[in-house]
Amino acid sequence: MNDYPFGFKTAVESEVFEAGLNEEVIRRISLKKNEPPFMLAFRLKAYKKFLDMTPPNWANLSFEPIDLQKISYYAEPKNKPSLSSLEDLDPEIRKTYERLGIPLDEQHRLANVAVDLVFDSVSIATTFKKKLEDAGVVLCSISEAVQRYPELVEKYLGTVVPIGDNYFAALNSAVFSDGSFVYVPKGVKSPMELSTYFRINEENTGQFERTLIIAEDDSYVSYLEGCTAPSFDSKQLHAAVVELVAMRNAEIKYSTVQNWYPGDEEGKGGVYNFVTKRGKCLGDHAKISWTQVEVGSSITWKYPSCVLLGDYSVGEFYSVALTNKKMQADTGTKMIHIGKNTKSTIISKGISADSSSNTYRGLVMVGPKASNARNYTQCDSMLVDTNCSAHTFPVIESTNATAEIEHEASTSRMNEEVLFYLQSRGFNKEEAISLVVNGFCKEVMQELPLEFAQEAKKLLMIKLEGSVG
Amino acid sequence: MLIIDNLEVSVDDKKVLNGLSLRVGANEVHAIMGPNGAGKSSLSNVLAGHPSYEILGGSVSFKEENLLDMEPDQRALKGIFKSFQYPLEIAGLNTKEFLKESYNLHRKQKGLDPLSLQDFEAVLLEKMELVKFQPHLIDRDLHANFSGGEKKKSEILQMALFEPSLAILDETDSGLDIDALKAVGQAIERLRSKDRSIILITHYQRLLDFIQPDVVHVMQNGKIVRSGNKDLAKILEAEGYESFC
Repeated sequence: MNDYPFGFKTAVESEVFEAGLNEEVIRRISLKKNEPPFMLAFRLKAYKKFLDMTPPNWANLSFEPIDLQKISYYAEPKNKPSLSSLEDLDPEIRKTYERLGIPLDEQHRLANVAVDLVFDSVSIATTFKKKLEDAGVVLCSISEAVQRYPELVEKYLGTVVPIGDNYFAALNSAVFSDGSFVYVPKGVKSPMELSTYFRINEENTGQFERTLIIAEDDSYVSYLEGCTAPSFDSKQLHAAVVELVAMRNAEIKYSTVQNWYPGDEEGKGGVYNFVTKRGKCLGDHAKISWTQVEVGSSITWKYPSCVLLGDYSVGEFYSVALTNKKMQADTGTKMIHIGKNTKSTIISKGISADSSSNTYRGLVMVGPKASNARNYTQCDSMLVDTNCSAHTFPVIESTNATAEIEHEASTSRMNEEVLFYLQSRGFNKEEAISLVVNGFCKEVMQELPLEFAQEAKKLLMIKLEGSVG
Repeated sequence: MLIIDNLEVSVDDKKVLNGLSLRVGANEVHAIMGPNGAGKSSLSNVLAGHPSYEILGGSVSFKEENLLDMEPDQRALKGIFKSFQYPLEIAGLNTKEFLKESYNLHRKQKGLDPLSLQDFEAVLLEKMELVKFQPHLIDRDLHANFSGGEKKKSEILQMALFEPSLAILDETDSGLDIDALKAVGQAIERLRSKDRSIILITHYQRLLDFIQPDVVHVMQNGKIVRSGNKDLAKILEAEGYESFC
């Protein structure tokens, strides 16, 4: 059976920059987007930093180095609709999203979810704009935000993930082409889930999206992102940066279902997913919660983190990472406790099948002023095959004696015996696998909004059916 | 009900059943006894359809159908229940939820509508009472932190719920202290019915103090070497398996 039904390419005319990375390309991207001077300065500063940096090599990953000069840094569909009118959407692109199960027609739209669609480098449409505007919530592409809310972008961009944070973050800061922007004003609870759907379509094009979410005092927002790409034999690079800012008593819930093309059985093709995601709890009682279901990409390098500055602020990380075939994932989180009485929870579930490699890497850091900081970490691994490997690298650095840090870990197997037991109780093999996997991932799945949880469960099943006996 | 004819089976290239034949009629209780390694557990695994076993020869018919053609789940739904010596823990799978889903699969097979949670709970309570299953276990993950005796009770509870026409109880007495043995033994005896055949696989005679078998078989080297009435178990207990070699 086809375990990656999203691998089709859409025949749509695109304007693609020639491959290669240099200052001129960065200037052209900025010009193309008609950016104010501060943005070009931001990009160029990042590019300078980037030139002095080298790719990180500490992760438990092995892969061919990426030739950044062979990648194109900008691709946009030629027939780009005006942002106000979904009806003008290129029919081919519309079909793409329909095949991906994302209905765009008014009457079929996902109930109570506003969607921003990013196709290759550009945001092409946002649904439910009016309803959000009435509530005062801004959901738009970051390009649009640069035009409409330059003061907010200038104030916050690069404050959570500094331009020189790491190699891929510096690259992203220099060349990012689009992404999503969310602003929730003081006291506002977003009336609906916000969502972005990322799609890489062009071959040999990097996707460098940038997401910035700002939640003012006493506000709440739940944001979801989904991603797929066509199946190409060549590697595609995806290097995103996501920054979250939560003010006093604000809550941001950020959920991801990542299903980039993972490559074939031999490890040919697939997306290199190097992503920097970080949230800052700036105010007291702020809360940031990351939930991720990672089932795609040939390489995943991703550590959604929380910097807990405000007193009583809360950071959470719920993760399911599934690797099969020749996939490699090195993923986890950092919880940086700076404020007093800060609290963090880490629940990580790794499922490894075939000859894949699955690593959890986590850092819990408690600073000298973070009295009464609390962390609970639970790392569970499930092995589906004997050739796969699972690793955990939890690091704890505490400089405060009042901190309480708990760590639990387990390893289990999804093997013939477990499935035989369930089958002998009347469940067919598919149902048996689903009972075991859903049980294993339960604490993470219940953090996802309902529709996403259903989709995520289905994805896990599709991925695993081929790998279990 | 069950007719096994000249069954030959291997697992991991090792022959475990050597031309075993056995007939179990409706409503009969058979005990299969024998030393370690005689092939008793292999027999129960083969009947339930464990995928590791390779059938080399012979046949098994159950209710006049070829059992060996069926997947393990089909066998279960056709009325075969195998209790496990070491029931597995499944994290995140709530015991009650598991029982309800499984119970409703059995109902579906019989052409009945699934029960709602409320209706199922009524049935469940009655069965829990019947087999003396401790109520606090029902909300835990399946078999998580269950004692050996509690796991065996869980298996017998499932037998009570699914009402199989053939129950194969594999060393249900192993690892139990005398009180737990008595409780499990009495629970099985209560589940004896005119619509049910039972195969008791056991190492010791002691379980048979609670459940009187109609037939006792002695198994050695992958086949049945002797069959008799319940007195055979007593002779075995007194003289050991050696005398049957």
